[in-house]
Amino acid sequence: MEWEAVIGLEIHAQLATKSKIFSGASTAFGAEPNTQACAVDLALPGTLPAFNEEALRMAVKFGLAVDAEIGRKSVFDRKNYFYPDLPKGYQTSQLFHPIVGIGHIDITLEDGTTKRIGVTRAHLEEDAGKSLHDEFPGMTGIDLNRAGTPLLEIVSEPDMRSAEEAVAYVRKVHSLVTSLGICDGNMSEGSFRCDCNVSVRPKGQEEYGTRTETKNINSFRFIEKAIVGEIERQIDLIEDGGRVIQATRLYDADKNETRSMRSKEEANDYRYFPCPDLLPIVIDDDYIDAIRQTLPELPDARKARFIEEYKLSEYDAMVLSADHNMAAYFEVIAKTAKDAKLAANWVMGELSKLLNQHDIDITNSPVSAEQLGGLLMRIKDDTISGKIAKQVFEVMWSEGGSADEIIESKGLKQVTDSGAIEQIVDEVIANNTPQVEQYVNAEPDKRGKMIGFFMGQVMKASQGKANPGQVQGVLKQKLDALVN
Amino acid sequence: MSLDRTDVDKIAHLARLQIEEQDAPEYAQNLSNILDLVDQMQAIDTTNVLPMAHPLDAVQRLRSDLVTEENQRELLQSVAPAVENGLFLVPKVIE
Repeated sequence: MEWEAVIGLEIHAQLATKSKIFSGASTAFGAEPNTQACAVDLALPGTLPAFNEEALRMAVKFGLAVDAEIGRKSVFDRKNYFYPDLPKGYQTSQLFHPIVGIGHIDITLEDGTTKRIGVTRAHLEEDAGKSLHDEFPGMTGIDLNRAGTPLLEIVSEPDMRSAEEAVAYVRKVHSLVTSLGICDGNMSEGSFRCDCNVSVRPKGQEEYGTRTETKNINSFRFIEKAIVGEIERQIDLIEDGGRVIQATRLYDADKNETRSMRSKEEANDYRYFPCPDLLPIVIDDDYIDAIRQTLPELPDARKARFIEEYKLSEYDAMVLSADHNMAAYFEVIAKTAKDAKLAANWVMGELSKLLNQHDIDITNSPVSAEQLGGLLMRIKDDTISGKIAKQVFEVMWSEGGSADEIIESKGLKQVTDSGAIEQIVDEVIANNTPQVEQYVNAEPDKRGKMIGFFMGQVMKASQGKANPGQVQGVLKQKLDALVN
Repeated sequence: MSLDRTDVDKIAHLARLQIEEQDAPEYAQNLSNILDLVDQMQAIDTTNVLPMAHPLDAVQRLRSDLVTEENQRELLQSVAPAVENGLFLVPKVIE
């Protein structure tokens, strides 16, 4: 039987506010345990929440970016459950009147097609603390620094039909929230995490199958693997005569499989009700329009501009526009070197390769955009070849310095003096008599290919510094002279 | 609407409340009475009444995004039953 997967995603994006959603405690990552957890975060008796205006503004920004209805009147509700990292015994969230209503996000797939994914809603809520289960025998350690960090939970429609679509959607949301500056997008620190709802059904069937929810996946690769694995697991289960049980599952990256965390058969009963400690949040058109004026360029617009302004291919434009930091980096280089295609190749090639290898974000790149731009200028004006440029780039990466300094100190300047090049060519011809004879006796249409050997020898003799274009010309001229 | 014993047990479990066997019928009766009152209210025609999110006719005031709290861990943890390495310790919550 042919199966179809149905996927819906819930993304939790930590909003990049300085203070918490309901208290004045800091949200900075990595502090000593419980040093950023104040009386409100600890739910001490008598404390009351005070809502952070920046969290509201950021949520509205997101809503505008996905073309959603903005809740003119949104209300906080209490979601009741007991867990030690949630001191109040409820999570303050928004169920009935979220700040962001129905919107949509367009994703682009690898084959270039686009698909519109519905956004059901996005609501404000608070993050919980962290539980450390392994450090103390029989006890769990609780760090409440994260408790009360503002979250925007972005809920999609079940519109995705493959892991590829799901990852494209998550990437797009990531690109949006980071471009908007409302989330730092750091997945390893948990600032951006994803719950995947997955079910399968026979292709053509209208009705949805039973779904499972895999929680808190924090990398793009794991999202893809977890979904692929879960789809396979469900299909195998059904084909073997079993049935899918609605459950919450955890993704185990080490084993690359999902496992059951808790069954939802005894469904969570959160007993939501409006939070009496918080009044409704009312905003008007002026407020929303003022925020609209502050929206930065969004990834789709940036991609279109890159194609228009820099004549980049669809693919290059998509890759470079998705991350606003990478986009900014690219633009500096493209403008310095005055060659967008060359800049695109270097950012997506050499630079990305080393960044990935060392797991460094482009904002922390050891090579600045100005440095790389300076390097590309030297390729453009023929001071160095592209090959030597890679050497310079590696030095730049590990030791720092400008392209000019490195070229000077390492003596890498390209040889363009025609006298010097001719001399090397003459030596190579003199030292490779058998190959020269072969060349002379070869069919004229084969000679073009054979010249590669001599090119290699000359470049080697010049330690890569000879200008390849010039070498090619001189070689051809001298060898062809021997033919006649 | 009337609640039975199972409903009372479920509500108590959700609220993590321990109840005494002999008190259950009384709780069931009391809770049922509250729901009866709700039923009475449901009978009122509210077609043109907007749902109310809060009894006060006011809107939420907003706080500027400023860090105003200082680290008071020592003070705040002085009332905790168990603390180690700056963490609150609680009975283990997973297997």
